Order: sequence, then structure tokens, then C-alpha cells
Amino acid sequence: MTRTHIEPDGAAILDMRGVRLAFGVREVLRGVDLQLARGTFTALMGLSGVGKTSILRAIVALDPFTAGTIEVDGVQLQAGPLPRESRLRALRRKVGMVFQLHHLFEHLSATDNVTLALVHALGVPRAQAEARAAELLDALQVSGRARALPRELSGGEAQRVASARALATDPPLLLLDEPTASLDPARREELGRSLTTLASTGRTLMVTTHDVEFARQFAQRVVIVADGQIVETGHPREVLSQPSHAATRALLQGALRH
Amino acid sequence: MPQVSRIPRGRAAWLTAALALALLGTGIWFVETPHAAAGTGVVLRWGGDPEGGAPFVEADPDHPSVMRGFDVEIAGAIASGLGRQAEFVPVSWDSIDQSVRRGDFTIGMSGVEDTPARRRRMLETIPYYEFAEVLTVRAADRDRFRTLADLRGRRVGTLGATMAYTLLTNRASADDITPVSYDDDVHPYQDLLSGRLDAVVLDNIIAARSMRQVPGLITQPQPLEIGHYVGVLAPGSDALRDQIDAVLLARMRDGTVQRILTRWGVWDQRQARFEAGLLEAGGRAPSDAPLSPSAGGGVLATLARYLPALLEAAVVTVLISCGSMALAVALGALIAAGRIYGGRAVRSVLIGYVELMRGTPVLLQLFVIYYGFAAFIRLPAFWASLIGLGLNYAAYESEIYRGALEAVPRGQLEAARTLGLSEAKVLRLVRGPQAFRLALPPMTNDFVSLLKDSSLVSVLTVVELTKQAQIFAANSGSWLLPGALCGAFYLMLSLPLAHLARRLELRWKAPSV
Repeated sequence: MTRTHIEPDGAAILDMRGVRLAFGVREVLRGVDLQLARGTFTALMGLSGVGKTSILRAIVALDPFTAGTIEVDGVQLQAGPLPRESRLRALRRKVGMVFQLHHLFEHLSATDNVTLALVHALGVPRAQAEARAAELLDALQVSGRARALPRELSGGEAQRVASARALATDPPLLLLDEPTASLDPARREELGRSLTTLASTGRTLMVTTHDVEFARQFAQRVVIVADGQIVETGHPREVLSQPSHAATRALLQGALRH
Repeated sequence: MPQVSRIPRGRAAWLTAALALALLGTGIWFVETPHAAAGTGVVLRWGGDPEGGAPFVEADPDHPSVMRGFDVEIAGAIASGLGRQAEFVPVSWDSIDQSVRRGDFTIGMSGVEDTPARRRRMLETIPYYEFAEVLTVRAADRDRFRTLADLRGRRVGTLGATMAYTLLTNRASADDITPVSYDDDVHPYQDLLSGRLDAVVLDNIIAARSMRQVPGLITQPQPLEIGHYVGVLAPGSDALRDQIDAVLLARMRDGTVQRILTRWGVWDQRQARFEAGLLEAGGRAPSDAPLSPSAGGGVLATLARYLPALLEAAVVTVLISCGSMALAVALGALIAAGRIYGGRAVRSVLIGYVELMRGTPVLLQLFVIYYGFAAFIRLPAFWASLIGLGLNYAAYESEIYRGALEAVPRGQLEAARTLGLSEAKVLRLVRGPQAFRLALPPMTNDFVSLLKDSSLVSVLTVVELTKQAQIFAANSGSWLLPGALCGAFYLMLSLPLAHLARRLELRWKAPSV
């Protein structure tokens, strides 16, 4: 428990305390404590199956957790069965999610994927929503694919459209699940830069990734997960250069083999 | 865009035409090839419709396997006159001619009418009974509706494919009445009493029987037309027909026929006059007078006569099919949503509905809606048909939609939720539209099937394609030309639908990159 207390200063936008999550008898999260400071870019790292995605899913209330509390920018989530969607409105305004497989709406064009929440959840007039979508798609360099259906997009394009969709409603916290998984090095670089830009404008970002190089280059902080718990956190240069936990070393060795 | 093989539009139209022509050709070939009936042996096989009931042919209530009625006794008298044993073959009334031609039995006789069409295609015996087409109305309308001319703008019911129906359709435009065709002779009188009809025209024997069963009706004394019951034989059995005619005359002369008719309560003054005249003329029935000019003139002329009515019937088929499909889709979607999102009680009720609709015959459901509910709500036949089919198909549609809704990947729903859409909006904007694409092929399948099932509504007096073909078949004594035309119409309706569905599917189901 040496480095876990080196926390960034400022009010946390995310505060998870003692979060446990189980699927039947299999406990996936075994007491997760995690705080994120506003306007930071955090990489959540660990080997496959250690619970990284479960942490994201608990934060966006897609999976119920059995113990502990989660607070997102003042919105409290309690342990127990998932609340009805109508009671999650406040949370939905606070946090956006980009899924590993994107989950773009198959029947809608890129633009319509981005405007859906603006028009139907926030009641923004369509013309305004479309202007916002054009702006986002342009910023993410996919404006040329605005009319394309998801099945017509490449993996990288789909990911950027999915990011635009999550950003459309302007949530202060954005979670990305394995955004580097399907990107070549050039694309990875681009992604890293745009995420850094987003964080510099006050938005808080957390990505799960296996990619040590990516984390080293862009993240301001890494959080290492092993076996359903957070085992090490800190600045990437420290954590990824002088790992203090066996799980971090295993992660680094895996990265070397690649 | 990858190449996907499909039938080009031009070729689909071609196929439709070729299929229709093939059907038509087969029909015409068969029309001209009557099958000679077997007519020898120690038994005389005769066909009649037990549903006709007393006094024609009915099952003896005490011995249901034994038939009784005046037709039964006259058939018995003919058989014994020929030195044979009568053997009864049950057949539905409107297929007596076809069954005789097929050789199912030698002679058909249960209220078989002497008509020009029948005389052209079949062999008829001399008449053994003279009846009158009579007008029955509600007792309260006794003075208001005395003749058909008084029924301007009103609905008049009768049994389909009968002389009475021909009479009504011939007068329909002149007297501005709407003929309504029934499949049986009981429901017209019930509908008359309940107000769905304002009059019924049928044979005096049937009218008299129905007035005993349904109170509150009266029959006007003035006959609208005179007709005769005859025996009907297959073409080519002239020798046997002549023998039968001789037996019938002998039995009239010795009073056997009078005794039989008296026993069944249908001997009257008209009958006495008719028999006397027939015997005097030596068996030449008054109706042997030259027939009205036949409406023959070859296949093309027949087609020209059938087509307008079939077109009109096709419109009814299309209206009922589209209307009930729209209802089925809307209701089916509600049921599917209720079964996925509803509470336990809602789900149980909906499962009950689906199982009831799928587990009982749609014909029964139509009857219940039209006749069973008549005490509470008197739906017009068209609307009862549309609603009945719609309610039935809603059960099938709901199962399709439920399956499709459950097949939408979970990730799509989760993505929609994290965006802050309410459950209702997730369903309306994401889950529903995606499920619809999955449901489209089975839905098209159901629509084609509904198009054909719409023929069932003819039991509720709606004249749609199949019913119209049936009417022509009964009038002409042959199913083949009307049947082929009818089949061609259904194909013309269903093939474009299948084509449209294929196009939509291709558009939505293009392979992912």
C-alpha cells in the first residue's frame, strides 16, 4: 500500500470505495477503491480477465455491484440490483462510454448515431444536433463517413464514431474500453493525441488497455488491476519503470514479448 | 456492393404469367374431358347432402347412420324400380355435379335444381318436385317489403350458388338490392331476424322450415320464380337416365311420389297441378321449353364474363388481407412488447391470448366473432372478417416480434442505455427498428399466407376471390376454369409481395465489411 496513496489533488470526479461485483459465485471485483481527479487521463491496466471492463460497467450502471459505493460527480450509486433507467438520468449525463466492440447502432448512419441521444434524450433540435455531430466527426477526422452505416466503417472509423457518440452529450467523464486493441501504431498515436486534447479541456478520461507503450506515452496516471483489486497506481514513468507488484511485472513482460 | 443472385424484375413477371397460363391451360383441357360415371351393378349409388336436413336428406336422430327425407325415399323408389339397392353417398351440396362426373355415385339428388347451366353440362332426370322461390321478411315488415322492388338499397340473403342467388344477382342492378351469399340456409334467417338482412329469398320448403325454427318471420305468398328439383347424372349415361325417367313417371302415376311427399309435408296444390301436367305431357316437363339463350361462346367469352367479377373480388381479398395484416402487426407488436416488458399478470394474459388464438381454428374464431358476438355487437361481415383474421394473425406476429426483439444484441441496448435513453425510447429507436429487420422475412411469409387464408371469410358471406370462383364453378358446373383464374389471381398478388420482400431483405442484410 505504498503508492496507492499518491493521489492527484483536487476534487475527485469518480470515487469508488470497496466495490465488489460477482457473477453468481464468481467474484469479479473484490473491493475496488479508485478516485479520479478532474481533467486527468488515466490508463486502467492489467492482464485479460482481471476485472478492468467490470470496473467500467459498474461505473456506468450496466452491471450491479454487491458491496461498496460509487460516486460520479456527485451522483451516488448504491450496491444492490440496478435501479430503473428512469432513476439513472443524472448518472447518464455525467459519464459516457465507448465500448470495445463499439456497439454502434446498426440501423443508423454515423451522423444519426451521434445525434440520437442529443435529440431523444436531451431534446436538442435536430438541426442543432446535426451541427454538433458534424463538428465532432470533423474533430475526430471521420466527417467523410458521416452518411455511412456502421457495417461500412473500418474498425478505426467505427471507434471514432463511437467516441463522437459518447461525447455528443458532453459528459464530464468518458470511459473507453480497450480503444487501442484494433489500431495500428499510427492510429494509436492519433488516438492518444486526441484523448490528451480532450483531457486538457477539463474532461476526465479513463481507458482500459494492455498497451504499455500507449500508457507510457499518453496517460498521466496508470492504475494496475489484478484479480479484482487495484494493486498499484501512480505516474506511468514510475509504475511502468519500477513495478512494485508482480502483476505489473507480468504485464510488462507480456508487452516485451510482443 | 457484392453481386447477389436474384430473379430480375422482368423475369418474375414472366414467371407469373407463365404459371397462370399453365394453370389456365390445364383447366381448359380438363373442362372438356368429362369422366364417364360407372352406372351398373346391383346397387344404385346416389349422392346427397346430409346437411341439407329434413325434409330433403337428414340423419335419423335415433339411428344417425340411417338417412331419411323425401329425397331419400324417392331415391329408394328409383333404385327398386331399377331392380337395385339404393346406397347413399354423402357429399356437400355444391359439389354434387363434380362428384357425379368423377364417378363417386351414379345420381345426385338432394334438392338439385334444374338450371340452364346444369342442363348444358350434365344429364338431368325429369323433375320430381316443383318449388317456388319465395321472399321471407321480418313480420314487422310484412306490408313494407312485399316484392324485391320494395327492397331498394337493402341487403337480401340467400344460399350461395343456387337459383335463388342467380335470381338475386340478375335483379341486383335493376332493383338496386345487395345480394348476400351464405354457405348454409340457416344463418340467412337468423341474420334477417337480427337485422343484418332485410329479406331472404329461398325455396319455399326451406322458407317454411326456417319459419318454424326462427320466430318473428313471415313469407310473402307471391312466388318470385318457379323451379324444379331433378336428379343429376354424368354426361353419357343417357340410357340409364331414360330408365330412371320411366321409373319416376310410373311412381308418379301409381301415387308413390305423392305418398312420399305427403309424408314429408311438402305435397301441395302446386305439386298436384305440376304432376298432372307432367303426366299429361308424357314426362316432358314444362321447363323443357327452349332455354334462354345460353351464355356460352367459348373460353374467351367466358373469361370476359368472369374477369370483372373476379377483379372486384380480388379487391375485396386485397382490402381484407391488408387491413387484417395492419391490425395483426400493430396488435402483435403490442403483445410482443407486453410479453417482454410486462409484469407477471400481463404476461400470463398475453400468453393465454396467443395460445388460444393459435390453438383453435381460425374458422371457429370467425364464426364466434360474426355470429357468437352478434348478441352484443353486430359487426358487418367485412369488418368481422378483417378483425377476425387480424386478431388471429396478431398471435403469430407477436411470436415473431418477440423472437426478433430478443435477438437484438445486448450491446446495442446497453449502448443506448448509457446514452441516457429511457427504456421506452430504447425500444422505439433501437430495439424495435432492428427487430423489424429480423422479423421482415417471416412477416412476408405470414402475409402471403394471410392472403390465402382470407378465403376463409367467405363463410361470413363476404364474396372474395375464392368465393367468387366457387360461385362461377357452381354456375358453370365446373371448377376448372374459375379455379385456374382464381389461382392465377392469387399468384399475381403474392409473387410481387415475395419479390418486394426479397429486395428489402437484400437492402438491409448486406454483408458486413
